[in-house]
Amino acid sequence: MLDSQEANWVALIERIKTHQDQTAFAVLFRFFAPKIKGFLMKSGASESLAEECAQEAMATLWRKAHLFDPSRASVATWVFTIARNKKIDMLRKQQRPEPEDLPWGPEAEPDQADVIELQEESERLSHALASLPDKQRSLVEKAYFGDMTHSQIATETGLPLGTIKSRIRLALERLRHEMR
Amino acid sequence: MVKHHLPDEILMAYSAGTLPEAFNLVVATHVSLSDESRARLDTYDTLGGAVLESTDSVMMSDGSLEATLAMIGDAGVVPPIREDHAPGIFPAPLQDYVGGDLDAVKWRPVGMGVKQAILKTSRDASVRLLNIPSGVAMPDHGHHGTEMTLVLQGAFEDEVDRFTRGDVEIADEDLHHTPVAIGDEDCICLAASDARLKFNALLPRLVQPFLRI
Repeated sequence: MLDSQEANWVALIERIKTHQDQTAFAVLFRFFAPKIKGFLMKSGASESLAEECAQEAMATLWRKAHLFDPSRASVATWVFTIARNKKIDMLRKQQRPEPEDLPWGPEAEPDQADVIELQEESERLSHALASLPDKQRSLVEKAYFGDMTHSQIATETGLPLGTIKSRIRLALERLRHEMR
Repeated sequence: MVKHHLPDEILMAYSAGTLPEAFNLVVATHVSLSDESRARLDTYDTLGGAVLESTDSVMMSDGSLEATLAMIGDAGVVPPIREDHAPGIFPAPLQDYVGGDLDAVKWRPVGMGVKQAILKTSRDASVRLLNIPSGVAMPDHGHHGTEMTLVLQGAFEDEVDRFTRGDVEIADEDLHHTPVAIGDEDCICLAASDARLKFNALLPRLVQPFLRI
Protein backbone atom coordinates (compact mmCIF):
# COMPACT_ATOMS: atom_id res chain seq x y z
CA MET A 1 0.00 0.00 0.00
CA LEU A 2 1.08 3.53 -0.61
CA ASP A 3 1.41 5.18 2.77
CA SER A 4 3.10 8.17 1.35
CA GLN A 5 2.57 11.78 0.68
CA GLU A 6 2.48 10.79 -2.98
CA ALA A 7 -0.68 8.68 -2.55
CA ASN A 8 -2.19 11.64 -0.77
CA TRP A 9 -1.33 13.99 -3.64
CA VAL A 10 -2.80 11.63 -6.22
CA ALA A 11 -6.02 11.61 -4.17
CA LEU A 12 -6.03 15.42 -4.04
CA ILE A 13 -5.76 15.69 -7.81
CA GLU A 14 -8.58 13.17 -8.09
CA ARG A 15 -10.72 15.46 -5.91
CA ILE A 16 -9.97 18.45 -8.15
CA LYS A 17 -10.83 16.35 -11.16
CA THR A 18 -14.12 14.97 -9.90
CA HIS A 19 -15.34 17.66 -7.47
CA GLN A 20 -13.50 20.85 -8.46
CA ASP A 21 -12.41 20.77 -4.82
CA GLN A 22 -10.72 24.08 -3.88
CA THR A 23 -9.62 22.75 -0.48
CA ALA A 24 -7.69 19.94 -2.19
CA PHE A 25 -6.19 22.51 -4.56
CA ALA A 26 -5.13 24.69 -1.63
CA VAL A 27 -3.15 21.80 -0.10
CA LEU A 28 -1.31 21.17 -3.37
CA PHE A 29 -0.79 24.91 -3.85
CA ARG A 30 0.79 25.38 -0.42
CA PHE A 31 3.34 22.68 -1.12
CA PHE A 32 4.08 23.05 -4.82
CA ALA A 33 3.71 26.78 -5.58
CA PRO A 34 6.65 27.78 -3.32
CA LYS A 35 8.69 24.89 -4.78
CA ILE A 36 8.01 26.08 -8.33
CA LYS A 37 8.85 29.64 -7.32
CA GLY A 38 12.15 28.51 -5.79
CA PHE A 39 12.94 26.36 -8.79
CA LEU A 40 12.31 29.21 -11.25
CA MET A 41 14.37 31.69 -9.24
CA LYS A 42 17.27 29.25 -9.31
CA SER A 43 16.73 29.07 -13.08
CA GLY A 44 17.33 32.80 -13.31
CA ALA A 45 13.83 34.27 -13.01
CA SER A 46 13.22 37.42 -10.97
CA GLU A 47 11.06 36.99 -7.88
CA SER A 48 8.04 38.66 -9.47
CA LEU A 49 8.27 36.61 -12.66
CA ALA A 50 8.76 33.39 -10.66
CA GLU A 51 5.70 34.25 -8.58
CA GLU A 52 3.58 34.91 -11.67
CA CYS A 53 4.88 31.76 -13.35
CA ALA A 54 4.16 29.63 -10.26
CA GLN A 55 0.58 30.92 -10.10
CA GLU A 56 0.07 30.20 -13.78
CA ALA A 57 1.55 26.72 -13.44
CA MET A 58 -0.81 25.94 -10.55
CA ALA A 59 -3.77 27.25 -12.55
CA THR A 60 -2.71 24.89 -15.35
CA LEU A 61 -2.61 22.03 -12.84
CA TRP A 62 -6.26 22.72 -12.02
CA ARG A 63 -7.32 22.96 -15.64
CA LYS A 64 -5.48 19.82 -16.69
CA ALA A 65 -6.25 17.71 -13.61
CA HIS A 66 -8.39 15.39 -15.73
CA LEU A 67 -5.39 14.65 -17.96
CA PHE A 68 -3.18 13.47 -15.09
CA ASP A 69 -2.43 9.75 -15.29
CA PRO A 70 -0.83 8.39 -12.10
CA SER A 71 0.37 5.26 -13.88
CA ARG A 72 2.57 7.38 -16.16
CA ALA A 73 3.96 10.04 -13.82
CA SER A 74 4.12 10.97 -10.17
CA VAL A 75 2.44 14.22 -9.14
CA ALA A 76 5.86 15.87 -8.66
CA THR A 77 6.93 14.75 -12.15
CA TRP A 78 3.75 16.13 -13.64
CA VAL A 79 4.05 19.44 -11.80
CA PHE A 80 7.66 19.66 -12.93
CA THR A 81 6.69 19.30 -16.61
CA ILE A 82 3.99 21.98 -16.22
CA ALA A 83 6.42 24.36 -14.49
CA ARG A 84 9.13 23.70 -17.07
CA ASN A 85 6.77 24.48 -19.93
CA LYS A 86 5.67 27.71 -18.22
CA LYS A 87 9.33 28.60 -17.80
CA ILE A 88 10.04 28.14 -21.52
CA ASP A 89 6.91 30.04 -22.39
CA MET A 90 7.43 32.99 -20.03
CA LEU A 91 11.21 33.27 -19.70
CA ARG A 92 12.23 32.43 -23.22
CA LYS A 93 9.03 33.21 -25.10
CA GLN A 94 9.30 30.03 -27.08
CA GLN A 95 6.94 27.26 -28.00
CA ARG A 96 7.79 23.80 -26.78
CA PRO A 97 7.15 21.01 -29.26
CA GLU A 98 5.99 17.91 -27.36
CA PRO A 99 6.20 14.28 -28.48
CA GLU A 100 3.10 12.79 -30.05
CA ASP A 101 0.75 11.26 -27.51
CA LEU A 102 0.67 7.51 -27.48
CA PRO A 103 -2.58 5.91 -28.51
CA TRP A 104 -3.54 4.85 -24.98
CA GLY A 105 -6.95 3.67 -26.03
CA PRO A 106 -10.36 4.97 -25.01
CA GLU A 107 -10.45 6.23 -21.42
CA ALA A 108 -8.28 3.44 -20.12
CA GLU A 109 -8.40 3.40 -16.33
CA PRO A 110 -4.85 3.22 -14.98
CA ASP A 111 -3.93 -0.11 -13.48
CA GLN A 112 -3.54 0.24 -9.69
CA ALA A 113 -0.47 -1.99 -9.59
CA ASP A 114 1.19 0.18 -12.25
CA VAL A 115 0.33 3.31 -10.29
CA ILE A 116 1.85 1.96 -7.11
CA GLU A 117 4.99 0.67 -8.77
CA LEU A 118 5.57 3.97 -10.55
CA GLN A 119 5.11 5.96 -7.33
CA GLU A 120 7.49 3.63 -5.50
CA GLU A 121 10.16 3.97 -8.17
CA SER A 122 9.74 7.75 -8.21
CA GLU A 123 10.10 7.90 -4.45
CA ARG A 124 13.12 5.66 -4.55
CA LEU A 125 14.67 8.07 -7.02
CA SER A 126 13.82 11.03 -4.78
CA HIS A 127 15.45 9.35 -1.79
CA ALA A 128 18.46 8.42 -3.88
CA LEU A 129 18.79 12.03 -5.03
CA ALA A 130 18.48 13.28 -1.47
CA SER A 131 21.17 10.94 -0.21
CA LEU A 132 23.75 11.89 -2.84
CA PRO A 133 26.83 13.74 -1.67
CA ASP A 134 26.29 17.53 -1.95
CA LYS A 135 28.60 17.93 -4.92
CA GLN A 136 26.86 15.33 -7.03
CA ARG A 137 23.41 16.45 -6.07
CA SER A 138 24.16 20.00 -7.08
CA LEU A 139 25.45 18.69 -10.41
CA VAL A 140 22.06 17.16 -11.13
CA GLU A 141 20.18 20.21 -9.88
CA LYS A 142 22.23 22.53 -12.01
CA ALA A 143 21.38 20.54 -15.12
CA TYR A 144 17.69 21.25 -14.44
CA PHE A 145 18.20 24.87 -13.44
CA GLY A 146 19.93 25.25 -16.77
CA ASP A 147 23.34 26.58 -15.80
CA MET A 148 25.67 23.80 -16.86
CA THR A 149 26.23 21.39 -19.70
CA HIS A 150 25.49 17.91 -18.56
CA SER A 151 27.15 14.66 -19.30
CA GLN A 152 27.02 11.26 -17.75
CA ILE A 153 25.05 12.42 -14.74
CA ALA A 154 23.81 8.89 -14.23
CA THR A 155 27.24 7.28 -14.36
CA GLU A 156 28.88 9.95 -12.23
CA THR A 157 26.21 9.91 -9.58
CA GLY A 158 25.08 6.28 -9.62
CA LEU A 159 21.41 7.29 -9.46
CA PRO A 160 19.04 4.36 -10.11
CA LEU A 161 17.83 5.73 -13.45
CA GLY A 162 18.21 2.35 -15.10
CA THR A 163 15.41 0.68 -13.18
CA ILE A 164 12.91 3.45 -13.91
CA LYS A 165 13.88 3.32 -17.54
CA SER A 166 13.36 -0.43 -17.77
CA ARG A 167 10.06 -0.15 -15.94
CA ILE A 168 8.75 2.50 -18.31
CA ARG A 169 10.11 0.57 -21.28
CA LEU A 170 8.37 -2.58 -20.06
CA ALA A 171 5.10 -0.71 -19.54
CA LEU A 172 5.29 0.64 -23.10
CA GLU A 173 5.97 -2.79 -24.53
CA ARG A 174 3.12 -4.34 -22.58
CA LEU A 175 0.84 -1.57 -23.69
CA ARG A 176 1.72 -2.00 -27.34
CA HIS A 177 1.18 -5.73 -26.92
CA GLU A 178 -2.25 -5.21 -25.36
CA MET A 179 -3.25 -2.77 -28.06
CA ARG A 180 -2.83 -5.39 -30.73
CA MET B 1 12.99 -0.32 -35.79
CA VAL B 2 14.92 2.71 -34.57
CA LYS B 3 18.59 1.93 -34.05
CA HIS B 4 20.21 5.31 -33.45
CA HIS B 5 18.69 7.01 -30.42
CA LEU B 6 19.42 10.33 -28.83
CA PRO B 7 22.16 10.38 -26.20
CA ASP B 8 21.17 10.87 -22.55
CA GLU B 9 22.55 14.37 -22.24
CA ILE B 10 20.32 15.62 -25.07
CA LEU B 11 17.22 13.97 -23.61
CA MET B 12 18.07 15.41 -20.22
CA ALA B 13 18.52 18.89 -21.67
CA TYR B 14 15.17 18.55 -23.46
CA SER B 15 13.56 17.46 -20.20
CA ALA B 16 15.18 20.37 -18.37
CA GLY B 17 13.97 22.73 -21.08
CA THR B 18 17.39 24.18 -21.85
CA LEU B 19 17.67 23.37 -25.58
CA PRO B 20 16.91 25.84 -28.37
CA GLU B 21 13.47 25.43 -29.96
CA ALA B 22 14.96 24.01 -33.20
CA PHE B 23 16.54 21.10 -31.29
CA ASN B 24 13.41 20.61 -29.20
CA LEU B 25 11.51 19.99 -32.42
CA VAL B 26 13.95 17.28 -33.56
CA VAL B 27 13.87 15.66 -30.09
CA ALA B 28 10.06 15.70 -29.88
CA THR B 29 9.79 14.24 -33.39
CA HIS B 30 12.36 11.52 -32.68
CA VAL B 31 10.77 10.58 -29.33
CA SER B 32 7.44 10.21 -31.15
CA LEU B 33 9.11 7.44 -33.18
CA SER B 34 11.21 5.74 -30.50
CA ASP B 35 9.91 3.97 -27.39
CA GLU B 36 13.45 3.63 -26.12
CA SER B 37 14.01 7.39 -26.17
CA ARG B 38 10.53 8.01 -24.75
CA ALA B 39 11.30 5.77 -21.79
CA ARG B 40 14.57 7.56 -21.15
CA LEU B 41 12.89 10.96 -21.50
CA ASP B 42 10.20 9.99 -18.97
CA THR B 43 13.02 8.96 -16.66
CA TYR B 44 14.55 12.42 -16.88
CA ASP B 45 11.16 14.04 -16.28
CA THR B 46 10.90 11.88 -13.14
CA LEU B 47 14.31 13.10 -12.05
CA GLY B 48 13.17 16.67 -12.76
CA GLY B 49 10.21 16.07 -10.46
CA ALA B 50 12.55 14.85 -7.74
CA VAL B 51 14.71 17.97 -8.17
CA LEU B 52 11.63 20.20 -7.97
CA GLU B 53 10.51 18.46 -4.78
CA SER B 54 13.88 18.92 -3.14
CA THR B 55 14.27 22.57 -4.15
CA ASP B 56 14.14 25.08 -1.29
CA SER B 57 10.72 26.70 -1.17
CA VAL B 58 10.38 30.44 -1.66
CA MET B 59 7.33 31.91 0.05
CA MET B 60 4.53 32.98 -2.25
CA SER B 61 3.17 36.52 -1.88
CA ASP B 62 0.11 37.26 0.26
CA GLY B 63 -3.13 36.41 -1.46
CA SER B 64 -1.44 34.29 -4.14
CA LEU B 65 -3.78 31.34 -3.64
CA GLU B 66 -6.84 33.59 -3.96
CA ALA B 67 -5.30 35.23 -7.04
CA THR B 68 -4.72 31.83 -8.63
CA LEU B 69 -8.24 30.64 -7.83
CA ALA B 70 -9.54 33.85 -9.39
CA MET B 71 -7.40 33.17 -12.47
CA ILE B 72 -8.92 29.70 -12.70
CA GLY B 73 -12.32 31.32 -12.20
CA ASP B 74 -14.86 30.07 -14.64
CA ALA B 75 -12.27 29.34 -17.32
CA GLY B 76 -13.01 25.73 -16.47
CA VAL B 77 -11.02 22.72 -17.55
CA VAL B 78 -8.95 22.25 -20.66
CA PRO B 79 -10.66 19.72 -22.88
CA PRO B 80 -8.51 16.74 -23.86
CA ILE B 81 -6.46 17.82 -26.84
CA ARG B 82 -7.32 15.61 -29.74
CA GLU B 83 -6.15 17.75 -32.59
CA ASP B 84 -6.50 15.85 -35.77
CA HIS B 85 -3.25 15.26 -37.48
CA ALA B 86 -3.41 13.80 -40.94
CA PRO B 87 -1.95 10.30 -41.03
CA GLY B 88 1.36 10.59 -42.82
CA ILE B 89 5.09 10.42 -42.36
CA PHE B 90 5.40 13.42 -40.00
CA PRO B 91 4.69 12.83 -36.31
CA ALA B 92 2.34 15.36 -34.66
CA PRO B 93 4.94 17.88 -33.37
CA LEU B 94 6.44 18.24 -36.83
CA GLN B 95 3.03 18.56 -38.45
CA ASP B 96 2.33 21.45 -36.09
CA TYR B 97 5.36 23.32 -37.45
CA VAL B 98 4.81 22.43 -41.10
CA GLY B 99 1.07 23.00 -40.99
CA GLY B 100 0.38 19.50 -42.27
CA ASP B 101 2.17 16.45 -43.58
CA LEU B 102 4.64 16.07 -46.45
CA ASP B 103 2.28 17.59 -49.04
CA ALA B 104 2.11 20.83 -47.05
CA VAL B 105 5.88 21.47 -47.17
CA LYS B 106 6.98 24.53 -49.14
CA TRP B 107 10.17 23.22 -50.70
CA ARG B 108 12.89 25.32 -52.30
CA PRO B 109 15.49 23.76 -54.59
CA VAL B 110 19.08 24.20 -53.42
CA GLY B 111 20.92 22.41 -56.22
CA MET B 112 21.78 18.82 -57.22
CA GLY B 113 18.15 17.88 -56.88
CA VAL B 114 18.21 18.64 -53.16
CA LYS B 115 15.26 20.59 -51.74
CA GLN B 116 14.88 22.22 -48.37
CA ALA B 117 12.30 24.00 -46.26
CA ILE B 118 13.37 26.09 -43.30
CA LEU B 119 10.94 25.94 -40.38
CA LYS B 120 10.30 28.97 -38.23
CA THR B 121 11.77 28.72 -34.73
CA SER B 122 13.66 30.95 -32.31
CA ARG B 123 16.89 32.32 -33.74
CA ASP B 124 19.39 30.61 -31.40
CA ALA B 125 19.41 27.60 -33.75
CA SER B 126 17.78 26.61 -37.01
CA VAL B 127 15.88 23.61 -38.28
CA ARG B 128 15.02 22.55 -41.81
CA LEU B 129 13.50 19.72 -43.76
CA LEU B 130 15.73 18.28 -46.45
CA ASN B 131 14.71 16.16 -49.41
CA ILE B 132 17.70 14.40 -50.96
CA PRO B 133 17.26 12.20 -54.05
CA SER B 134 18.65 8.69 -53.68
CA GLY B 135 22.30 8.52 -54.69
CA VAL B 136 22.96 12.20 -54.05
CA ALA B 137 25.57 13.17 -51.49
CA MET B 138 25.37 16.19 -49.28
CA PRO B 139 28.54 18.27 -49.60
CA ASP B 140 31.37 17.17 -47.31
CA HIS B 141 31.27 19.45 -44.34
CA GLY B 142 32.58 19.96 -40.84
CA HIS B 143 30.64 21.56 -38.02
CA HIS B 144 31.15 24.61 -35.86
CA GLY B 145 28.54 23.55 -33.40
CA THR B 146 26.11 20.69 -33.04
CA GLU B 147 24.00 19.29 -35.83
CA MET B 148 21.17 16.83 -35.30
CA THR B 149 19.73 14.95 -38.27
CA LEU B 150 16.60 12.78 -38.03
CA VAL B 151 15.47 10.55 -40.89
CA LEU B 152 11.74 10.60 -41.69
CA GLN B 153 11.71 8.73 -45.00
CA GLY B 154 14.23 6.70 -46.95
CA ALA B 155 17.76 6.39 -45.62
CA PHE B 156 21.21 7.89 -45.69
CA GLU B 157 24.62 6.45 -45.13
CA ASP B 158 27.87 8.07 -44.07
CA GLU B 159 31.23 7.12 -42.58
CA VAL B 160 29.50 6.34 -39.29
CA ASP B 161 26.62 4.05 -40.25
CA ARG B 162 23.35 3.73 -42.09
CA PHE B 163 20.35 5.73 -40.85
CA THR B 164 16.67 4.97 -41.51
CA ARG B 165 13.31 6.32 -40.32
CA GLY B 166 13.44 7.41 -36.68
CA ASP B 167 17.23 7.25 -36.52
CA VAL B 168 19.04 10.38 -35.47
CA GLU B 169 22.69 11.31 -35.99
CA ILE B 170 24.47 13.87 -33.86
CA ALA B 171 27.45 15.55 -35.48
CA ASP B 172 29.82 17.95 -33.79
CA GLU B 173 33.06 19.72 -34.60
CA ASP B 174 35.02 16.48 -34.78
CA LEU B 175 32.91 14.73 -37.36
CA HIS B 176 33.62 15.32 -41.03
CA HIS B 177 31.11 13.15 -42.80
CA THR B 178 29.58 12.78 -46.23
CA PRO B 179 26.00 11.59 -45.96
CA VAL B 180 24.65 9.95 -49.13
CA ALA B 181 20.96 9.23 -49.64
CA ILE B 182 20.41 5.54 -50.41
CA GLY B 183 17.50 3.26 -51.24
CA ASP B 184 14.46 3.44 -53.48
CA GLU B 185 12.94 6.71 -52.40
CA ASP B 186 14.10 10.25 -51.67
CA CYS B 187 15.61 10.65 -48.23
CA ILE B 188 13.66 13.17 -46.15
CA CYS B 189 15.37 14.46 -43.02
CA LEU B 190 14.74 16.96 -40.28
CA ALA B 191 18.03 18.68 -39.44
CA ALA B 192 18.78 21.21 -36.72
CA SER B 193 22.05 23.04 -36.19
CA ASP B 194 23.25 25.69 -33.80
CA ALA B 195 25.90 27.15 -36.07
CA ARG B 196 26.43 27.52 -39.77
CA LEU B 197 28.05 24.44 -41.21
CA LYS B 198 31.60 24.81 -42.40
CA PHE B 199 31.86 23.29 -45.82
CA ASN B 200 35.26 21.95 -46.79
CA ALA B 201 35.14 22.30 -50.54
CA LEU B 202 35.27 25.67 -52.22
CA LEU B 203 32.09 25.41 -54.26
CA PRO B 204 29.81 24.43 -51.45
CA ARG B 205 31.28 27.28 -49.42
CA LEU B 206 30.10 29.69 -52.10
CA VAL B 207 26.75 27.99 -52.12
CA GLN B 208 26.41 28.14 -48.37
CA PRO B 209 24.82 31.62 -48.12
CA PHE B 210 21.99 30.42 -50.37
CA LEU B 211 21.57 27.18 -48.45
CA ARG B 212 21.39 29.10 -45.18
CA ILE B 213 22.78 26.13 -43.33
